[in-house]
Parts: sequence; structure tokens; C-alpha cells
Amino acid sequence: MSTTNETAGKTSMGGMQATSSATLNETRIAISNVDFFYGQNKALKGINLNLPAKQVTGMIGPSGCGKSTLLRVLNRMYDLYPGQRAEGQVMFDGENILKPDLDLNQLRSRIGMVFQKPTPFPMSIYDNIAFGVKLHEKLSKSDMDERVEWSLTRSALWGEVKDRLGSSAAGLSGGQQQRLCIARTIATRPDVILLDEPTSALDPISTLKVEELIDELKHDFTIAIVTHNMQQAARCADQVAFFYIGELVEVGTASQMFTSPREKRTQEYITGRFG
Amino acid sequence: MSATLATTAIPGGARDPSVAQSLSRRRHRANVIVKTLCVLATAVGLIFLVAILGTLLWLGFSGLRLGVFTEMTKPPGSGGGLLNAIAGSLIQTIIGTAIGTPIGLMVGTYLSEYAKGTYLGNAVRFVSDVLLSAPSILIGLFVYEVFVEPFGGFSGIAGCVALAVIVIPIVVRTTEDMLNLIPTALREAAVALGAPKWKSIVFVCYPAALSGIATGVLLAIARVAGETAPLLFTSLGNLNWSLDMSAPMSSLPVTIYQYAGSPFEDWVQLAWVGALLITFGVLALNIMARVVLRPRG
Repeated sequence: MSTTNETAGKTSMGGMQATSSATLNETRIAISNVDFFYGQNKALKGINLNLPAKQVTGMIGPSGCGKSTLLRVLNRMYDLYPGQRAEGQVMFDGENILKPDLDLNQLRSRIGMVFQKPTPFPMSIYDNIAFGVKLHEKLSKSDMDERVEWSLTRSALWGEVKDRLGSSAAGLSGGQQQRLCIARTIATRPDVILLDEPTSALDPISTLKVEELIDELKHDFTIAIVTHNMQQAARCADQVAFFYIGELVEVGTASQMFTSPREKRTQEYITGRFG
Repeated sequence: MSATLATTAIPGGARDPSVAQSLSRRRHRANVIVKTLCVLATAVGLIFLVAILGTLLWLGFSGLRLGVFTEMTKPPGSGGGLLNAIAGSLIQTIIGTAIGTPIGLMVGTYLSEYAKGTYLGNAVRFVSDVLLSAPSILIGLFVYEVFVEPFGGFSGIAGCVALAVIVIPIVVRTTEDMLNLIPTALREAAVALGAPKWKSIVFVCYPAALSGIATGVLLAIARVAGETAPLLFTSLGNLNWSLDMSAPMSSLPVTIYQYAGSPFEDWVQLAWVGALLITFGVLALNIMARVVLRPRG
């Protein structure tokens, strides 16, 4: 846990502890009036949300509420699937990332994503990380070695794998695989990391490690995390956004959301009365 | 809970032990009958298999001698071997597979990665599946029309093309099936790093599907190694040593076809040896396919 932010911690509803800072940094990604369609089906309705720089935004809400969908808008993942489209504006570095002629590979190198299930590529641990780096940079062997070590160290995996970088990534445990996926993502040096329920397939110990990692990573990266776990949102997030049936019901600092939510639906969801 | 259970009787009357017993006996009798039928059916299948393999091993091994591998086919009564047929079979199978595999791989990739759900994709898949089960003599006749007639005669290369036409749909199907098995998450993970589609296919999907695709290719080789009909109309067969791809070329299946029906005892013997060689070749390929497919621990 980050020591600087713990001062703002308050006892909150449902016995949860919101430990993150009470103030939000300047906006890194500004989402305004975003609608999203799966064919005819409107999955997001007029979303307005700002992601603060170098802080964690937690997205919560019941299944099918659109939080993962919003995450997949931010790196244009939906472009893989014909019939899915987004309308509105998402400003990132002075550019609307929803514009049709955007270089998607470039965008995805700057907004990385980690998925629900660990997805190691069928190659060695080293190559798993080098794969993403090689897509965007030409590095010498020694520079690449350093980058691999750096990313594995930052994702708290270096000590466990440094003696077997050449062996298959499939041989790692689930938790290690997920940290490898995080290492792979940060190795391309993105500005933003999107985490789509990164711990839902992991055991409690691995979950704890990933959460500690998120706390560590926010010093350098802007992070958005989708989670079904209220405690996780309370532990990790600086800002929390509550979604319900395609709408953003409420957004606020974690301490505000968990101590004094303005909306009744937010309060009911947070305290476990539905969802 | 207990209150509701006590007040509501379970419908259907009281339990009768004799009914349960007779039902149990009936189940037992039915079980014995079905089991007997299954065992009998298996036995019939096994008898034929053992008879075929036994005859093949007995007659094949009794004719097996070093000369089979070192001598050409010769006129009846003068011994001879199968060297030209073995060489011809190897050459045509290898070249046929080498032509068919890349085409099949790319078509399979197209179907799985680029044309999913499109009209063209469905049409290509349908045609490929029809080709998969097309009689091989039809493929022989087709290649005869487009490759033998216009070029003035039977040739080894025409044989290779005919075999390639058989290889393509097999590789298309396995490639598509294997690529379809790859989880969407893996593709998305590659794309999320900023990989263009072709890189995610070549560097992530292919390695993940490699063992399955390799199995498909090995099975395709096993299939074409024993094909006779398509070669009858294309490479025809050749009683002499020839590596000229533009001339008729010998092959094991065609030699077996010609020799087994002949009235000469030594030719029939050689046909059995040839059949034994093909069987062992195909068996070896199948074992290899199993080893390749076996998940690595």
C-alpha cells in the first residue's frame, strides 16, 4: 500500500476502508457524451467521465451494466467486431480517439489493456514481453534485456522468473501469468493501463499481489480498473464510477462514494442490496 | 420447511419393493443384451482388421528382401524390386504436400480470421468440404483434363498436383478448426498491445495452433501416400527408374494396383511388400501425429 495516500482513509459503509487520496489530479482522458451500440442495442448512454492522471479509477456496477464496454471503447477494442460502434468524444492528448482514421496500433501502444483471464502468448516468458516492445521500438539485445528486466521488476515477477526467462510462459501459475500480462503491457511504456477484472480468475494471495502492484503502478501510469469486488474498488481506486444499465449513475472520489454516496442506487449496490 | 413436507403427501402412492425388484431385473437383462451386441460388433470389426493385417504381414514379410529397396521393377520372372516406385511415391507425396500445405494453410486462415460469417467465406468453406469428400478418381480425372491433356502426356508433376488437390481441403479444415479453438482473449491480448492483425495471426495464433495444424498435415500426407486413383490418370506409373517430373513416374499404390492383378507370382508378392511398406509408412505418420498432438507438460 502507498503510504502517502493512507492519511485520507476513512471508515465507510459496509465496513470498507477507502484508503486513497481525497483529491483528484488533472484529467488524462476526458470521456464526454459517449454512446455505444452492439448492433441495434444501446449499451452505453451518454457517458461523461474524466480519468485523473496517475490515479486509479475504479468502475463498478452489476453484470451487463456497460463498465467493460466503456473500457473497450478507450482502446478501440470494439473495432475488431463489425456491428459495434461508439459515438461521442474521448479526448486523450488533445485528440478524439473515436475518430475513424486514428492509428489504432499507435493508440493501443499508449493505452494498454490487461484482461480478465491471464493470456500468456505461446512463447517464452522473455518473448512474451519482447513481442509487444518489438511492435513499436527497435531495441538492441542489451536494451531489450534491460526492458524485460525492468518490466518484470515493476510487475513484481522478476525474482520468480529471472532464472527461467527462456521457458514457456504457459508453465507459470495463474497469478504469475497475470503479472506477466501486466509486465507485457507496461513494457510498451503506455500512458494509460486498462484492467478488465484483472483478479477475478485469481486466488486471494495472487489477488493481493496484483492489488499491491496496481498501487505501485499508479505512480507512473493512469489506471482504469473494472471490478466486481467492492473491497477491491475501495482498496485500489482514487475515483470510483458506478454504472447501472448503460448509464453512469454516480462518480466521485473513493472515500466520498463509499462513505456518502449521493444516489440511492449507488448506496444499495455498494452495501450489497442488489447486483 | 419440515412443516410443509409433513403436510404434503408425495404423489404416486406407497413404495412397492416387488415393483422395484422387477424393474431392476429388467434393467439388468437390457444391459446384458446391449453389452453382448456391442461386444459382438466390436469382435466382427476386429476379426476383419486382424485378418487384413495378418495377411499383409505374413505375405508382405515373406517377400521382403534387400533387393526390394535396391532394384527397379523388372519383367515377371526375373525378380526385381520396388526402388523406382518407392522413390516416385516419396517424391510425389513430398512435392504434393509442399504445394498443398501452404495453400491450405492460407485458405484456412482466411476462413477463420478474415471471412468469418461472410458470404464468400461460407461458400469457400462449403466447396472445400465438398472437395474433402470428393471421390479421388474424380480429382485424378480433373487433373488429367487440365494438366495432362493440354501438356501432351502423363507426368510426375501432374501426379503431384493431383495429390496437392487432395491435401488442400484437409489442411483447410484442420487449420480453420484449430484457429477457431484459439480463445478470443488471446487474439485481443495481442491486438491490445498494438499488434496489427497479421502479426497476431502469425506470431500468436499459429504457434498456439501449431500442433493441431501439424497433425492435419501429417494426416493429409498419410492419406495421399496411399492414393491410387488420382495417380492412374496423372503420373500413370513407370516401370523404369525416372526422376524426370515431366515424364510418367512410378509410385507404390499404382505399382500395387498393376502387380496385384497380374498372373505372375513374383509380381503379386512384390505388390504385398509394397502394401506392407505403405501401411508402415502411414502407421509411422499416425504415431508421429499423436506424439505431435500430445499436449506438452
